[in-house]
Order: sequence, then C-alpha cells, then structure tokens
Amino acid sequence: MTNPAEQEAMSALEPEVLHDLHRRMVRIRLFEEEAGKLMEGGRMPGFLHLYVGQEACAAGVMATLRPDDVITSTHRGHGHAVAKGADVRYMFAELFGKQTGYCKGRGGSMHINDLSIGMLGANGIVGGGIPHAVGAAFAAVYRGEDSVAVPFFGDGATNIGAFHESMNLAAVMHLPVVFVCENNGYSEFTPLERHMLLKDVADRAAAYGMPGEIVDGMDAVAVYLAARRLVERARAGEGPALLEAKTYRYYDHQGVKGLRIPYRTQEEIDSWMARDAITSLEERMVAAKVATAAELEQVWSDTREEMDAAIAFGEQSPDPDPADLLDNVYTV
Amino acid sequence: MREITYLKAFNESLMQLMAEDDNIVVIGEDVAHYGGVFHAFDGLWKTYGDKRVIDTPISEMGFLGMGVGAAARGLRPVCDLMFFDFIGVCLDQLYNQAAKLKYMFGGDVTVPLTLTTAGGAGLSAGPQHSQSLEAWLAHVPGLKVVLPSSPYDAKGLTVAAVRDDNPTVVILNKRMFGTKGPVPEELYAIPLGQAGTVRPGRDVTVIAVGRMVAEAMTAATELAKSGVEVEVIDTRTVQPLDSKTILDSVRRTNRALVVHEAVTFGGIGAEISSQIQEEAFDYLDAPVLRLGAPFSPVPFSPVLERAYIPDSNRIADGVRRLLERSGG
Repeated sequence: MTNPAEQEAMSALEPEVLHDLHRRMVRIRLFEEEAGKLMEGGRMPGFLHLYVGQEACAAGVMATLRPDDVITSTHRGHGHAVAKGADVRYMFAELFGKQTGYCKGRGGSMHINDLSIGMLGANGIVGGGIPHAVGAAFAAVYRGEDSVAVPFFGDGATNIGAFHESMNLAAVMHLPVVFVCENNGYSEFTPLERHMLLKDVADRAAAYGMPGEIVDGMDAVAVYLAARRLVERARAGEGPALLEAKTYRYYDHQGVKGLRIPYRTQEEIDSWMARDAITSLEERMVAAKVATAAELEQVWSDTREEMDAAIAFGEQSPDPDPADLLDNVYTV
Repeated sequence: MREITYLKAFNESLMQLMAEDDNIVVIGEDVAHYGGVFHAFDGLWKTYGDKRVIDTPISEMGFLGMGVGAAARGLRPVCDLMFFDFIGVCLDQLYNQAAKLKYMFGGDVTVPLTLTTAGGAGLSAGPQHSQSLEAWLAHVPGLKVVLPSSPYDAKGLTVAAVRDDNPTVVILNKRMFGTKGPVPEELYAIPLGQAGTVRPGRDVTVIAVGRMVAEAMTAATELAKSGVEVEVIDTRTVQPLDSKTILDSVRRTNRALVVHEAVTFGGIGAEISSQIQEEAFDYLDAPVLRLGAPFSPVPFSPVLERAYIPDSNRIADGVRRLLERSGG
C-alpha cells in the first residue's frame, strides 16, 4: 500500500528516523510481551489488551509528533504510551497497581497517562478519548500555539457516536486534529464486514468534508510518511484529516491466549505475522546498510534489560495506602 | 439593592467572569449568535466574540467531550446543555470522563469544567423537557451539583461553579427565569457545599431543593399564621451536600421534611432522610417525611402537571402531619 513516491521518500529518510522507528517498536513489543507473561503467570491483577502486531502504527505516528502534541488512546493503549515516550517503570508499576504507577494504582492498564509528554490518557470507554483530543486541539488554537492533537482508536470505535461527533466538530471548527484509526479488522471478536458495510474506514472522512487516507499499518515507514504529511498539514492550519492504518493484533482481544471461540483462523494470523512490522523494517535497514544485524540485536538486548529493570521497579514498589483511597476524587 | 431576574443574574455572572479570566470559553448550541434558546447567554458573543463564545452542532457528547479535553489542557470551559433532559446523550463524557480523569490519572489532570443546564417542570414542556435528574449526578464521585433557588444564588453559585477546579453542573430552574430578586452588581461567590438557612424556625425543618425553596417559604409564611415556625433550608448544592447544617437544624426542631421536584423514589431526599435517621435518630419526634413527584414521567397537561409537582399546599400539609405526631 506504500505508493512509489513514498518508497522513494523512504530512501531519502534520515537513518536516525529509521532507528527511531525501530527502537519505538521494539520497546512496545517487549513491553507487551513481558506484560502478557506477567498477567498469564498471575503476577499482575486485572486484565490486558495487548498491542503486539500493531507497533508500526504507534511508532510511525508518534515519530512525527512533538512533545507538546497531544494524543488520546484506548483500552489497547500501552503502545501509544510507550511510543509517546512514557517511562516504562511507571507503566509497569501502574500495571501492578502500585503507588509509584502513572495513576498511583487508581487507573490500571487502561488509563496510562502523562500530560508532561502530551499523553492525555488511555481510555476504557470505546471512543471516549476522541473528543478530548478535539478539545486539546481547541485549547492549542485558543492559546495561539501550533501543536496538533491525535486521537487513536480502532475500527470498532468508528461505529460509536463520539467518533462521528468529534469528526464533525473538528471539521466545522477547522481544528488541527489527525484522527488515526488502527483498523485491526476486529471489533473485539466481530470482524469488520459484520460491523460496517464500508471496506475502508477512511471513506467515513468524506462525510465530514475532510481527507481520509489509507496506509499499510504493518509498515512503520509508510505510517510515518503519511502521518507526517497530515500532521504538517494540520499544524499549518489546513484542518483535520483521518488516517486509517490497516493492521492486525497478534493476540486476543484481551490477554495472550484465551481463545474460547475460533473467530480467527491460524492461516489469517500467520499471514499477518509474515508481514511483521519489526522484522520487515529490520530487513530493509540491513539491506539498505542503515544498520547491521548486530546493531539491531543490541537494541533488543538493551530494551530487554530496560524492561527487566522496569518490572523489578514496578513489582517492588509499595502498594497504595488505603488511608489515601479518596485522594484526587476532587481537586481541593 | 437593585432587583434583576434569575436569568439576568446568571447571564451577568458569565459576563463578569469572562472579563476576569481569559481562559473561560462558552460552548454550546445556539449560545453565541442567538444568545441561547432562553437568552441566558445574550450579549456574551457580542462582547467576547467568536473566539470565546462558540455555537456548536447538535453534538452534546462531542462538545462536552471537547470541553473536557480543553479543560484538561488549561482552559475553563462552560458548556451548555440546553435542557437537563438531554443529559443522556452526553452522560459518558460527564460521569466516566470529566468526573473520573483526575482520579484515574493519579491526579495528573484537572478538569475545571462547568456544565450549565435548565431543568424542572411547570411549563408544559412535556416528559423530555421537564425533568429533575440531580440525584443521578449527585451519585457520581468527582462531580459537583448545584441548584440555584433565587436570582442571588443564580449569580453567586454560578461564579463559584465556574471558578471551581472540579467538573460542576449548574442546574438552573427554567420556571424561575423571570423571578426577580436582589442581586449585587459586583462579582461574588457562594461557596459550594454550604446550605442556606433561608428562614429560621423552631418547630419543623423543611429541607428544600431548587425551586422548592420558594414553595417552602410560601408554606412557612402560611403556617406562621397559625403559630407554626418552620425552618427552611436551601440545600444549594446536592453534591457536596451540607449535612451539618441540615443535622444541626433537625436536632433543634426534632422534625424534618425534605422536598424536591424530582420523583420521590431514589431522589436526593432519600439520601438526606437516611442521613438524618443515621445521625440524629434520637432527636426525632416523627419519621422524616419526603415530598417529591409521583413515580411517573412529567406530564404535559397543565392539570396533570400541577398535580405532579409538589407545591406549598402539600408542603404545609406535610408539616402539619409531622406536628400531629406527639413529641418524644
């Protein structure tokens, strides 16, 4: 799905951009693999919606954003937080429900946020965060700043009212919002063709008078180039756009295994994994002599060490004190 | 002191607040060019312009959610919900988002958002434009819920609500829009969470919500003719609820009646009544009496609607029933 012009543009990309995309994706992958193991092993409370498979989307978009650009995320939000630059120690601590976590143990997996890096929170309500991004864009314009806002959401969320109202509001108010739909083909366990009649979510943009583009969500470079164009356009005051990234989650809607109904075939899963975003980027980087296999392996081993340290930090952190249960219910 | 209407008092609070704080923006349907369907926002757009007074599409979830995001990023939005009854189409943004972000994000985000709306019955507006749903919102940790009962409170409570750093819902009573009363010209705030003792009395405490304060005052005046001295307490806010003022009063009068326009079942009166029996049981000479609407939608017919809404006669009857119980 990468067009020839963009393939050409890739060859012109700074090597550092490719390394950046690679590092972001590896950090997401290892964070999620480790989190999945911890949950399956019963070391972590609650449940997880893993992002494995979709890394190119978060990495590609986030590499185009500045720290003051604001994103909102979803129940499947770890990848967005990691890619936006969240500290994985505080993320693991939150997953363990500890006081040192991003939410002080009050939010859990679905609510990682960090305003200091422009992460206006993951959200447990499908579509719930989309209007917040519109509001962040509004606030930026109001103050004369040139930051943009990017709400992330899945294909399933494009059937909910908050998506449509937000698209129309951003369009009619001409706000700098780049709506990013990660179409992984499933609304929980229901395939796309049974939850909407359009084949492409991007077509929905036409209803709101904004451009809608499709990009290969398994190709971090393609996502980066498409997002960069739309983000620059929004930043220049040319209005909102919708970017649909076609992607796939390797694990179940929730958790790692837990397949109780065969709603996907192994052939389908294998066909997407054969196009794995990290593997394919590594192959291209090596082929283009941007990196050696050893350098790329070093990224994996460094990141493994980082995750191990973060897990230890999280697991060994203190629990919240029940005496402080009511903290932050209200601003006083 | 000059007298102005309830609606004008509300309008004046926003006009003056916006002059004081550049971060305040007003967002809603027809609030700018038209001034709001009830003209509650008249003149704001002319004074503050397109940038700060914004007409939106009919997208309550969208624009309330936009307000939440803008508030999280440092603005102080006032979003207007034309009728309280429309709360259902945007409730997620209020109770799951605005109310919870501070808590579930570990204190990192503050949502200084105000939602203004018009509630209450009595104008033959029918079942979907007349409701009193304050108990729904009072049940949600993180929200504050404000019900002004006079022009003075419409200004002072709105000022406090907009200045508050928590998501706060101001429920104006649309039947009171034309009610006149003394209102200072300068800005003043009535603290949220402080009930008002509108009338002191020794015999019975009547705790009233919103427009029912006026009905309770009429009942009290009538009962005074027969020597019964009613203490009338205006809750002003139902979240937070000023339990102390209520309990102190009931411990003196030993009898309590709670009245609101909302249906009695599960209304805020149930909470108040329960608190009184838990905290002041030994002081009571009679069971706490609740007065509210019957368990039905608000009817359209003026005849039915009059039968539906509690009024001064029913309050006076309730007080007499309480007094018929012999004292402990």
